[in-house]
Amino acid sequence: MSLPTQDVPPPLPPAITDRPVLEADGVVKRFAGVTALDDIRFRLRPGESHALMGENGAGKSTLIKVLTGVYQPDEGELRFAGAPVRFAQPLDAQRAGVSTIYQEVNLIPLMSVAQNIYLGREPRRLGLIDYRRMNADARDLLSTYGIRVDPARALRSLALGVQQMVALARAVSINARVVIMDEPTSSLEAKEVETLFRVIGLLREQGIAILYVSHRMDEIYRVCERVTVLRDGRVVHVGDLDELPRRELVSLMLGRTVERSGGQTAFADEGHTTAAPPVLVATDLSRRHQIQDISIDIRPGEVVGLGGLLGAGRSETLKAMAGVMQLDRGSVQVEGKTVRPGSVPAAIRAGIVMLPEDRKSEGIVPELSVRDNIVLAALPRLSRAGFSSKRNQDAVVDVFMRRLRIKASSPDQAVSELSGGNQQKVMIARWLAMSPKVLLLDEPTRGIDVGAKAEVQALIDELAAEGLAIVLVSSEVEEVVEGAGRMVVLRDGRVETELTGDEVDEAHYLAAIAGETPHQPGAAPDEEQGETP
Amino acid sequence: MSTVTIALPRRGSALRFAQRYGVYGALVLIFGYNLVFTANFFTLANFRTQFVQVIPVLIVALGMALVIGTEGIDLSVGASMAMAAAVLPLYLGYGFFPAAIVALVAVAMIGVINGTLVAAVGVQPIVATLALMVAGRGLALVVSGDQSKTVLDPVLLELSRGSIGGVLPYTVLLGAVLVGIIAVLVNLTTFGKQLVAIGGNRRAAELAGLPVRRILLLVYIVSALLAGIAGLVGVARLSASVPSTLGNLIELSAITAVVVGGTPLAGGRVKIAGTVAGALLLQFISATLIKNNVPDAISQIVQAAIIVVAVFIQRSRQVTR
Repeated sequence: MSLPTQDVPPPLPPAITDRPVLEADGVVKRFAGVTALDDIRFRLRPGESHALMGENGAGKSTLIKVLTGVYQPDEGELRFAGAPVRFAQPLDAQRAGVSTIYQEVNLIPLMSVAQNIYLGREPRRLGLIDYRRMNADARDLLSTYGIRVDPARALRSLALGVQQMVALARAVSINARVVIMDEPTSSLEAKEVETLFRVIGLLREQGIAILYVSHRMDEIYRVCERVTVLRDGRVVHVGDLDELPRRELVSLMLGRTVERSGGQTAFADEGHTTAAPPVLVATDLSRRHQIQDISIDIRPGEVVGLGGLLGAGRSETLKAMAGVMQLDRGSVQVEGKTVRPGSVPAAIRAGIVMLPEDRKSEGIVPELSVRDNIVLAALPRLSRAGFSSKRNQDAVVDVFMRRLRIKASSPDQAVSELSGGNQQKVMIARWLAMSPKVLLLDEPTRGIDVGAKAEVQALIDELAAEGLAIVLVSSEVEEVVEGAGRMVVLRDGRVETELTGDEVDEAHYLAAIAGETPHQPGAAPDEEQGETP
Repeated sequence: MSTVTIALPRRGSALRFAQRYGVYGALVLIFGYNLVFTANFFTLANFRTQFVQVIPVLIVALGMALVIGTEGIDLSVGASMAMAAAVLPLYLGYGFFPAAIVALVAVAMIGVINGTLVAAVGVQPIVATLALMVAGRGLALVVSGDQSKTVLDPVLLELSRGSIGGVLPYTVLLGAVLVGIIAVLVNLTTFGKQLVAIGGNRRAAELAGLPVRRILLLVYIVSALLAGIAGLVGVARLSASVPSTLGNLIELSAITAVVVGGTPLAGGRVKIAGTVAGALLLQFISATLIKNNVPDAISQIVQAAIIVVAVFIQRSRQVTR
């Protein structure tokens, strides 16, 4: 393999390749007293492709930011090629040879490809930029990665995948010895992903170390040879991926021990097989890069857990059903009637309501009172001829404040002054006031205290018992497994499998998340779509 | 206003107090100053003059308050005034009221365009209304043939000069009625609640199924209509239609009145009483400066200083929260 010699550091002699190029030793990072990273020991060897795994809040992005100079560690040290370093700012890390490729390309869209690659170090002739040479160099450089584009074209006229290659080419041509890729494939087409993987292979041959962050298991196992798993700010595992079955990787990430999944668990389910016809039928919900052919149906009185790792498409599926997200394909029916897709008011009218994941930015209106927040969606119903009726509102607000035990000094208190748990109850009250048929809950107990959490969980059961159809998404394994009577497990934006009856337990769930589905239970209609390419 | 801030014990609560009631305190201060230093200030004639003069700014500020409540801004209000002034004389042959209605319909179109750009196309309010600020006045000049016209319609003259019992001028009555209507709209209707919710958290409002686009469109139409009414008042006062200058820079006074009155530029709250007080404060400050022979240039600097102080106080809210 002949490699371009220009701007690329020569491959390191084999003698030192076992010495880590980038190390973190005893790194601690705290934010306002909260420890985000605790005694992190991390090694990255030249030429290796190393996966960094962990669920939300595990500390992945904090570690990346420490490694790239965005944050400085409170304790511990970083070493680059064996020597202690201190990156005071991202530019320092970049100069040292640590480049980062973000999900979103951070280049200058209006400049040409060549200009982007050589920005700040343009080849010059007689003091002026030598465009001809710059374009020729850029073309050569890109062609070594199998990319053929006109380097004089504006960057933004290229496909996102190609733009990312340009970013990569720029990073490597500067002098990168470490390239950190944060979810690099999240917006790429399948073909572009192949190109990226080929380029990663080429980079590794040059002795460049890759730190690869992704939620997609298949990619990790294809591209990476070693893995560091973080959980709650600590390193819980370092090792070769060959020797680590997927299911164990998942259980390391989630902090759950996996028993042999023989299906013999003591979990005696009370048999949720209601004969009632489904109230909601979602068919083939698809949205590019996010979800593919997801079909789910939910019966009245049922709590369906929507499982999977972060990025598997859980929230997206809820959003698709709630009309928040536009669909490329697929339909949602409530009691046999098709709901107009991509319209929140249409979904609400049909009886589908969603408690959004991010209470602060998508749920509460902080300026408004508890009363106004509860009645926000129901306002038109509680009004006469456009005039809001305080008496009608008070009746509703009173009922729900009492039923959900919302602790506020009065309905007129600003909602922003309430605790997280009470804010969440206000949000639930907002939707119950609409007398919905289907309640979609996205992380209903995130960020609320233990007491409120138990109350919300009890409320979910109670509402289901009253005949409401509920879909529950939660990153907490225990919460979904215990709360749901049936589970639909997603992986990489598709339905991986469905768990029913006594299969709804941690062992089966973790196996499903990891993509190890030994047998398909029952003849679920999802099965057929599950395998389409 | 700053003295009030220091006098109170806690910084957070002092700031909040200044946000809510600072404008009334400032109004009291300006009255107190004039009571001592300005001759012939507390006379019925003077107050009548001040109230009549403030009406156009006040009416425009009412619409502006609604727009700012949705986290928007309307820079095209001056153009809307000019449009009303340009269209009115063309139809006076049919009588004042038909002509006024035609003028307001024309003005409403400016609101429709603003609202469509903001709500449906997704253009930032400041950009959309800046475009209409320029294009709207241009259109008004085309409609009027770039000519000022003397308007001597008897109804219009009576409206501008007449009063109830020689005490309450019709224009002031008009302003009061509009204040009442907008206050009811904001505080007692579904529309008002939804408008404020959009300004407070647009994403949450969308997810709650509110007709966000329709409400935004309506808000910009209402703002344009109110500006159009202010334009008619302006024509009445001058007994002339002067589309080239009518309403120039009025958006600044209106925005100042709204912000000084306690409606945050970040939206989520609309204070109608505060807006009225804000408009009166600006009016009395400039009257005080004039009566004390302060040059006009200085009075502009004072206005600018008030804007800065008011915005500072409003911004601090986000810091203390």
